[in-house]
Amino acid sequence: MFKILEKEVFSPVIKKMVVEAPRVARRCQAGQFVILRVQENGERIPLTIADFDREKGTITIVFQEVGKTTKLLGTLNAGDYILDFVGPLGTPSHIENFGTVVCVGGGVGIAPVFPIARALKEAGNYVISIIGARTKELLFWEDRMREVSDELLVTTDDGSYVRKGFVTDVLKELIEQRGKENINLVLAIGPQPMMRACCKVTGEYGIKTIVSLNSLMVDGTGMCGCCRVTVGGQTRFVCVDGPEFDGHQVDWDILARRSATFRQEEQRALELYTGQCKCGGGN
Amino acid sequence: MAEKKEIIPKKHPMPVQDPRERIRNFNEVALGYDEETAVAEAKRCLQCKKEPCRQGCPVEVDIPAFIRMVAERDFEGAIKKIKEKNALPAVCGRVCPQENQCEKYCTLGKKHEPVAIGRLERFCADWELARGVFPQEVAPPTGFKVAVVGSGPAGLTCAADLAKLGHKVTVFEALHVPGGVLMYGIPEFRLPKRVVQAEIDNLRNLGVEIVTNAVVGKFATVDELMEEEGYDAVFIGTGAGLPYFMNIPGENSCGVYSANEFLTRVNLMKAYLFPAWDTPIKVGRKVAVIGGGNVAMDAARTALRLGAEESWIVYRRTEKEMPARHEEVENAKEEGIKFAFLTNPVRILADEHGWVKGMECLRYELGEPDESGRRRPVPIPGSEFIMEVDTVVVAIGQAPNPLVPRTTRGLEIGKKGNIVADPATGATSKPGVFAGGDVVTGAATVILAMGAGRIAARSIHAYLMSKKA
Repeated sequence: MFKILEKEVFSPVIKKMVVEAPRVARRCQAGQFVILRVQENGERIPLTIADFDREKGTITIVFQEVGKTTKLLGTLNAGDYILDFVGPLGTPSHIENFGTVVCVGGGVGIAPVFPIARALKEAGNYVISIIGARTKELLFWEDRMREVSDELLVTTDDGSYVRKGFVTDVLKELIEQRGKENINLVLAIGPQPMMRACCKVTGEYGIKTIVSLNSLMVDGTGMCGCCRVTVGGQTRFVCVDGPEFDGHQVDWDILARRSATFRQEEQRALELYTGQCKCGGGN
Repeated sequence: MAEKKEIIPKKHPMPVQDPRERIRNFNEVALGYDEETAVAEAKRCLQCKKEPCRQGCPVEVDIPAFIRMVAERDFEGAIKKIKEKNALPAVCGRVCPQENQCEKYCTLGKKHEPVAIGRLERFCADWELARGVFPQEVAPPTGFKVAVVGSGPAGLTCAADLAKLGHKVTVFEALHVPGGVLMYGIPEFRLPKRVVQAEIDNLRNLGVEIVTNAVVGKFATVDELMEEEGYDAVFIGTGAGLPYFMNIPGENSCGVYSANEFLTRVNLMKAYLFPAWDTPIKVGRKVAVIGGGNVAMDAARTALRLGAEESWIVYRRTEKEMPARHEEVENAKEEGIKFAFLTNPVRILADEHGWVKGMECLRYELGEPDESGRRRPVPIPGSEFIMEVDTVVVAIGQAPNPLVPRTTRGLEIGKKGNIVADPATGATSKPGVFAGGDVVTGAATVILAMGAGRIAARSIHAYLMSKKA
């Protein structure tokens, strides 16, 4: 059992929790993830580590309520327990001094970008971060991102805060302004369409782009291949070979289709949980 | 022992669930002997002086002794006798391929059917489980700490033996429940999870600590366990959990599962109880399982129970070469599993949504024997045909999981990613580190893993005692 020490509600659907998990905190590095199971009949879901404190032995997770399990998790409060919490999983981000790095975080993807941006900054990179959300209410950690970035650019899809536009619009403008030769690496984390769109932009300029893939997972330790993706024509397991890959090599169509495998079941579980099921079934 | 006894040529049959009923549920197929049948079967044993059956048991159970006790209705004595050697009798009695082990050497089996040793072992274990488990003797503490990595059959056996010898044992398990393949791989209808659970609780009673959610190689390495956490020895029993795929076009389409994923969803995560349990699973109307081992049989029979109209085993050799247990093949046939022999897919076809709609297959014929001694399947040119299926489960084997081998300094690794260990002792190239089970041999059987766990426990004990001296 893993105790929730703190909870912060960023918006009605985005929540932050600090979880007591000393074994995970001791070894984890930027870019890794955990798998958790809320309760006995629960499923295992992966969440990228948003922050960690080795001394306090804590892991910070930030999640968006999109289905039954994340909604259920969102009902827990400080003092409650998460049944299973395993990690750190996945290969850590490759951190070195690349020069100038652009870190792009879209929506809830801002959270996993944070520790990577911090590590890149500590490694001596000039870090330009771009964060964006659909609307002002869904934006968080502007202050924390500013702390670990040399420059921070903020955008909202609907223009309710700072400026109107997608993170990709900002990215494109930035590359145009600074010149592609002055940007050594782009890191993009967020919803699949956003990461894909970032790769499309950077592909035009030939700038290497790392993405953190969020495929379906079960065990998260390489034993099932549920999370497999096609990267550069090869099958790779996101949970052990990733989650970070060269975004220009990822087959985004296959990833999107595989991610939708259980869409009907996910919908049904959510409807039963929220009491909106009109099918009359279930047990 | 000298008196002549009447020979009963056939095993007493074990009651089973009717095939038409059982394909609609996940309850255990084989229902086990009652006391009268067990006693009657035990009386078939000739109590031969040479005890040939014992050479076939990888954990050396004193078979004639426990069977004699069953015949005398001393069931408590019988289970205690078994447990001197076997930490998981309720599991072994159910899943061992006895036809290749103890029962293969039974004297009675030369002319008639062998004594049903597996069924009797199962009877004794179930008899005990129904009454609560008897406490076992544990030696006084030695002061040594041993880490066991992986809680499958190898790790559990090793842990039990070491605990009985007085060592402080901690088992580290990556998943949220211990048991390894017994929990995530072998289905409920063959091995009820309450049985595994009971045998694991029994280990806890011996003083074994089991830490779940602990991925060794990630949260701590083997070196750290020894250098920083004070473990005097480590046993690695992490199994062969890395699924092989066929590497054919279309394999990443939706509806293509590894058998590990398919069975983990169903067995460990209880997806067959969705939506009462949260993990989903999806099978279509016509399922093809690629492979001919026990895992393939388990997947095909599971697919049927999840509601598939047709469930096919697609195997590139013939029935004779299938490595699956004979009894499971028979069970599968009774349940209506269909078999396509001498057939193998070369491409998976998907519809416009990326979902499987068929497999392009080739027909095969058998050529000369290969290095495994089995005749090599040779594709027949021009024999391509389309098999229309909407779910594919790939069950062509597993490799050792590389996580522990890769993160442990000074460990010799074999060509297939396996840990190199002396089969007689379980010792690896790294002092104080022992290994056994599938991580050494590649995917094999539960009982062989248990045998390896036992051998390693013995040498770990010797290693620790020599340190003391």
